[in-house]
Order: sequence, then C-alpha cells, then structure tokens
Amino acid sequence: MTALTTAPPVRRPGRGRKLKASTLLERPNFVVYGILIAFILGSAFPFYWSFLVASYDANVFTGDVPLIPGGNFLVNANRVVDSIPFWKALGNSVIVSGSVTISVVLFSSLAGFAFAKLRFRGSKGLMLFVIATLAVPTQLGVIPLFMAMAEFGWSGTLGAVIAPNLVTAFGVFWMRQYIVDAVPNELIEAARMDGCSMLRTFWHVCLPAVRPAAAMLGVFTFMQSWNDFLWPLIVLNPEDPTIQVALEKLQSGYYVDYSLVLAGTTMATVPVLLVFLVLGRQIVAGIMQGAVKG
Amino acid sequence: MTADLTEVPSGRGVEPRPPVRRDAPADHPRPPWRDRLTRLDVKFTPYLFIAPFFVLFAVIGLFPLLYTGYVSMFDWELGGDEHPFVGLENYATLLADDQFWNAMFNTISIFVLSSVPQMITAVLLAALLNTALRARTAWRMGVLLPYVASLVALAIIFSNLFGKQYGLINTFLDAVGLSPVDWQGNWFASHVAIATMVNWRWTGYNALIVLAAMQAIPREVHEAALVDGAGAVRRFVSITLPLLRPTIIFVVITSTIGGLQIFTEPKLFDPAGGSGGGFSHQYQTVVLYLYQAGFQDFDLGYASAMAWILFLVVLVIAAANFFLTRRIASTGESE
Repeated sequence: MTALTTAPPVRRPGRGRKLKASTLLERPNFVVYGILIAFILGSAFPFYWSFLVASYDANVFTGDVPLIPGGNFLVNANRVVDSIPFWKALGNSVIVSGSVTISVVLFSSLAGFAFAKLRFRGSKGLMLFVIATLAVPTQLGVIPLFMAMAEFGWSGTLGAVIAPNLVTAFGVFWMRQYIVDAVPNELIEAARMDGCSMLRTFWHVCLPAVRPAAAMLGVFTFMQSWNDFLWPLIVLNPEDPTIQVALEKLQSGYYVDYSLVLAGTTMATVPVLLVFLVLGRQIVAGIMQGAVKG
Repeated sequence: MTADLTEVPSGRGVEPRPPVRRDAPADHPRPPWRDRLTRLDVKFTPYLFIAPFFVLFAVIGLFPLLYTGYVSMFDWELGGDEHPFVGLENYATLLADDQFWNAMFNTISIFVLSSVPQMITAVLLAALLNTALRARTAWRMGVLLPYVASLVALAIIFSNLFGKQYGLINTFLDAVGLSPVDWQGNWFASHVAIATMVNWRWTGYNALIVLAAMQAIPREVHEAALVDGAGAVRRFVSITLPLLRPTIIFVVITSTIGGLQIFTEPKLFDPAGGSGGGFSHQYQTVVLYLYQAGFQDFDLGYASAMAWILFLVVLVIAAANFFLTRRIASTGESE
C-alpha cells in the first residue's frame, strides 16, 4: 500500500567535490557492528521462523520451541499444493506483475520523455497535475471500480487486476527526473535532424539511455504489484487468485494449521528473496537515489 | 519536491522544428505531405506520449472517486434491483456510527504507534549505517530485508508470533517470568502488535532514505564544527538532526497517506477475527470496516460514504503536506 514513499527534497552537496568516505565518517566500533547485526537478525528472524514452523507438523507448538528445522517441509509443501491452487496462483501473480511492470515502464518512460525533453503547451501544468495525483488515494475508489468490472464482465479475470495499474504517477515522475539529466539534448536533436519521428527518437535515443532507471522502476513496480492485496481480494475468484489472495485463503478459518500456512508463506517468499539477493544492490541504490533526486 | 521541477529552459529543450535532410538532393525536394506529417508529429506526439497516464487516471482514479460520492447518496445494496436515493442519510448514519469512530480511532492509534518509534529507530539506524563500515552495501541490504516480504506473508507470520496460546512472543514472556499478553483480545496490545508489523517492514526502508539525506549534508558544515571541537554526538544533535528535519517531516506525512489506508495487516492479524477486526472491533481500521460493509454486508452506499470521508481526510493531509514542504523548501532557500 505504502510501497513507494515518494522521496523528500534533499539538497545535494556541491558537485565536483568528491566526498571521501574515510575523511569524516566515524570508524565503527564493535558496538556499531553489534547493534547492526542484532537489527539484521531481527529482520531475518520472521523469515526463518516461518520456514522453521513449516518444517514440522501441526503439533509443533505443543512441545519445546524448535530452533533447528525438522524434516517435514516437503510434506507440508505438498499439502499446500493440495489445499490451494498454488501453482496457478503463482502463475497468475507472475502474469499480472509482469504485464503491469512492462506497461508501467513503457508508458512512464514515454510520458517522462515528453515531460523532460519535448516542448508543448501546458507541459508544466500537466506535470504538476501528475505530481498532485501522487497524493490521491485511488484505492478508495474500489467500490465503483468493482461495479464497473462487474458491468463489463471483467470480474474474476486477470485483466481486472492488470488494467487499473498500467501506468502510475510515480513512474512518470521518476522517469522524468532521470531523463532530464541522462539524455543529452544534442542526441535528440541529431536524431531529429536525421529524420527520426518522435516515436523513433524515443525508441532509439531515449530508451537505451534510461535503462538503469527503467530497471529500477521495473523492480519497484513488480514488487508493489506482487504485494497488491485489497483489490485482487475483491475482484478475483478464490479458485483463480493471485498468490497473496491464495495465501489468505490458506489462513482463514477457525482452526489454523500453521505448519501448513507457513509452508505456503515460505514457498511464496523464497522466489522474492532470491530476486532480492540478486538485485538487492540495485534496490538499495534505487531507494537512496530516489531520496536525493526526488 | 518542486525544487527539481524547473521547466526546461528555452534553448536547452528540443526546438520543435521539422528536420531537414541535408543529404537530400536539391532537385528532389521532400514531398509536402512529409513536412506536414512532421509538423503534426512535433505538435501532437507529446500529447500522445502523456495520454496513457491521463486517460488511465481519469478512468480508474478520478471517475471512481467521484462516482463513490454519487453512490454514497443511495441505499445501494450489491445485487439489489432498486437503489433509492437517500441524500445524505448514509453520512448521517456514519457520523453517528460508533463502529466507524472506533475504526477511525484504531487507525490513528496504530499509525502513531508505528510512525513514532519507526522514525526514531530509522534515524538512529541511519546514523550507524553512516559510518565507515566494511561492505556497506551488504549492511544496507540487510536492513532492507523485511521490505521484500509481502504484506500478506508478513501478517501471517506475525499473527503466528503473536498467537495468544502458542505464540513465540508469549512463550518468551512466560520464560522470562512475565505474564502472557492477549495480543488479539486486548485493544492496546493488538494495536502494538499490528504497529510492530508495520515497523518491522518499513524501518529499514526509511533508514535508507534518511541515510541518503545524511550523506547529502555538505561536509563543510561538519568540518567547521570539527574545527570548533564538536564531538560526534554533538555534531549529530546540532547539525545532522536539524538538517534532516525536512526529510523526516516529509516521510512522516507521506506515510500518513498510506497509514490511514492500512488494511492487510489487521485483516490477517487474527484468522478468527475476520473483517470485523476482532470480536469487539478492537483493531478494525477504516478500510477494513469499508471492506466489511461493502463486500461482506454488500452495503455499497454505506461503504461509499465511508470511502468518501476517508478520501477527504487524506486530501486534507495531502494539502497540509504540500504547503508544509513548500514552506520548508522556501525557508531553506532564504537561509
């Protein structure tokens, strides 16, 4: 819901002077390292706990608290696959998040390019409008949106989850901020001289230059879409859900078998964790850059 | 936010002039239709480029919000044949509805319990990360780890950890000689538990934002203080904290917009509690009540009135946000 906090305005230090990391930063002592390690262990613990419980059977809580994993994970994983349409849900989530990501990156880059580099009447006012919409809680429009989807016969289809997220104000803003500096005007001018249409200029000059920012926007969009819960819960069928909705179904009811539920949770989390291990460096850079650039 | 948004100065932007093919032979001038096409391209393509956002925002953002206001004037049951007009009756009922005020109170309570400790921890954590650590990226990734957990996964795991009977936290409290807490039943304890989920997921993320702001503080300021003999703690309190103020205020206010719409965590907090937010609604938030009214009781008119009121609250906060950040930006410039 709050997945993307737009970045606060931060004044950058004068350019040209390179800040040497070593000159003014304190040398961390063991207390600093100790606190950080404790914090990170606390961050990682719920993930480990989820796997731990998932590796026992339903009686796990009656005895002593386990600390090392048991051998029941695969059994529980099979029960997950039997209880909910796990693979279908996972596939649905990949389709939804994948389509949303491609679309957001493409349309946001197009609009960002127009706002950053093309001159047209009203561009400044329209850009301010885009920024203003960042604060509009569109989530609160779910009721008419639900009515409209029912009217068009889209309820229960993946299209109903994809369509509302095809382009975001955050994406437009993010790409515009990047394109302003990253794409040299001379290059665009040159392409225009050579007879490129606006669209071809965008495709051959702008897009290749903005790949890093587009990749970051893609990662954030994918994660946000992957996490989306309220709207898919409302509009999708329980038999054909996204992974988040499927997990919720696993947990509902008066008696909850946590070895089963947390097995499902672990299975749904592992792919995201792997992505994080690969792309974590970029995600960190994206958040910190967003904070300074915004 | 507006600081970086200067319009492209004239001369820097791309002039809307049709391209000239220099290599075109003089006796074969470009066909006039091509020139006209190019001129149309220059004039209208920018609008085509930005159109998807505006069309989509109009269709799924603006229209539903306005239509929510319309639906809220009717007694609109899902699947019902008739929707009699009732004027402001839904609003009158809502403002006299204890469950609504309870939900509003819970939402604000959970928000305060999550944002205040979270911001303090994030600033301290950022200060620790802003040292000459070895392998800094690894540490930064480490604190960001919770951010990758989906809200649903997070809520399920914590609902287990906060379990009344077999939950790990109560087992721990028992082991150190404290009495176990009824995390679901007690209203304050349930708020603390839900706030804990929010904090767990967002503290590291906010710490990275604060860290970026810390690194943007000009080193001359620190150097001057160092020359004057200020120690690390003194510099943190007298330089870093004041200069972080705009960032902190901004993060808090933007997270208000999300915090007021909190749904997933309370929805999944207690499997037995369902959309009621506990047996006496002790942790039901506004959006959770909205979901219950609209999609379980099928009272779309009433749920719409609720959405509209929350929408107005968020707009007021967003406007305050806008003016506040502007003031901060302008005072920053005059200094």
